[in-house]
Amino acid sequence: MRALEPVNGPQLSDPTRVRYNVEAMVRSDVQLMLDVKATGDEVSFELLLRKYRCPLVNFLARMVRDRGMAEELAQEVFLRVYRARKGYAPSAKFTTWMFRIASNLALNAIRDGRYRQLEISMDQSVEIGDDRAPSWEVADRRPGAEQELIARDRAAIIQRAIEQLPDKQRAAVLLHKYQELDYDEIARILECSEAALKSLLFRAYETLRVQLAPLVGQQKS
Amino acid sequence: MNCEKLETKWIAYFDGKASASERRDVEAHLDTCGACAQRAAEYRALWGVLDELPAIAPSASFDAAVRRRVASEVPTRTSWKWFVPSPRLAFAVSCLLVLSVWFASRPAQVEPLPVASATAVTAQASSEADFRMINDLPELENYDVLTNFDALSDLPATPAAQPASHM
Repeated sequence: MRALEPVNGPQLSDPTRVRYNVEAMVRSDVQLMLDVKATGDEVSFELLLRKYRCPLVNFLARMVRDRGMAEELAQEVFLRVYRARKGYAPSAKFTTWMFRIASNLALNAIRDGRYRQLEISMDQSVEIGDDRAPSWEVADRRPGAEQELIARDRAAIIQRAIEQLPDKQRAAVLLHKYQELDYDEIARILECSEAALKSLLFRAYETLRVQLAPLVGQQKS
Repeated sequence: MNCEKLETKWIAYFDGKASASERRDVEAHLDTCGACAQRAAEYRALWGVLDELPAIAPSASFDAAVRRRVASEVPTRTSWKWFVPSPRLAFAVSCLLVLSVWFASRPAQVEPLPVASATAVTAQASSEADFRMINDLPELENYDVLTNFDALSDLPATPAAQPASHM
């Protein structure tokens, strides 16, 4: 397990109170949230932030198709989690609650038409490699520039295929394939039955299978 | 199991969440149906293709932005904040209520005077006050002389209105 470095936040953390340790890291999300609820524990909130910032930003970026907007929405999710700490009741998994907030925010943002089509910003976020690196160094340890380009093109095609899915299907695929949540969790987040979710997922993956047929063919061979 | 029924178990089969019996059912069907076997191969490939999508890393300033926004969360103070039920508030309201009831139920202490005698007393007090005022004025020391001075009776009862320009 990767050790967390001390927090340098100006307001939330007091260096004397930094106490990241193994025990804190293995606490469940619900326990962390209950600590935040009971004492406003900054360290517990910080652990939740560090654990879920990437999944949230990834989910939201692919939902609203804009990285800047995704980060704003992810910040809003954390803020809402913090605000709602007093009324938090662990009736469901923490991830269900958090992704439900995220999903509602994303769907509202899409509905409001506040998102922008900025594929460039998405491309910038792809951390495949550094184009400026000398080719001999790439050839030595990493995929060549051509392979890098191919990988980038393939990623763009996959990204586009996912983006073209209807909003709810896209959310279902992102939560199922990339967040690996259980069916009952996704069903709760998207407010539908498990049977409806399975049907939604089947239709979404069927669309992706057709849309990505060229890549799927290459993968098969 | 037919092809249509397979669709309901398709996703669980590929994401590994299908039960052992469901897996056996799907595999038995795939052994006998070429079209579904072909589709299964495509699904396996699709699973791998979707894994190629790289993860997006949050910007370096993300954590700081969250901390800033959380830190700026001051408790909202509304004008009704004071109205939160508390023992102190309950005590104050009770005292106010007791005082109101006590004032309302208190008998009146001053007996009202009869109307006729009140009028007489008022008239007497008024004439005495008039006399005292006249008596005190230096210009009207000789009251009798002035009241009996005939020339004064020729004057109009009310003084003429002053022209506006003199104001």
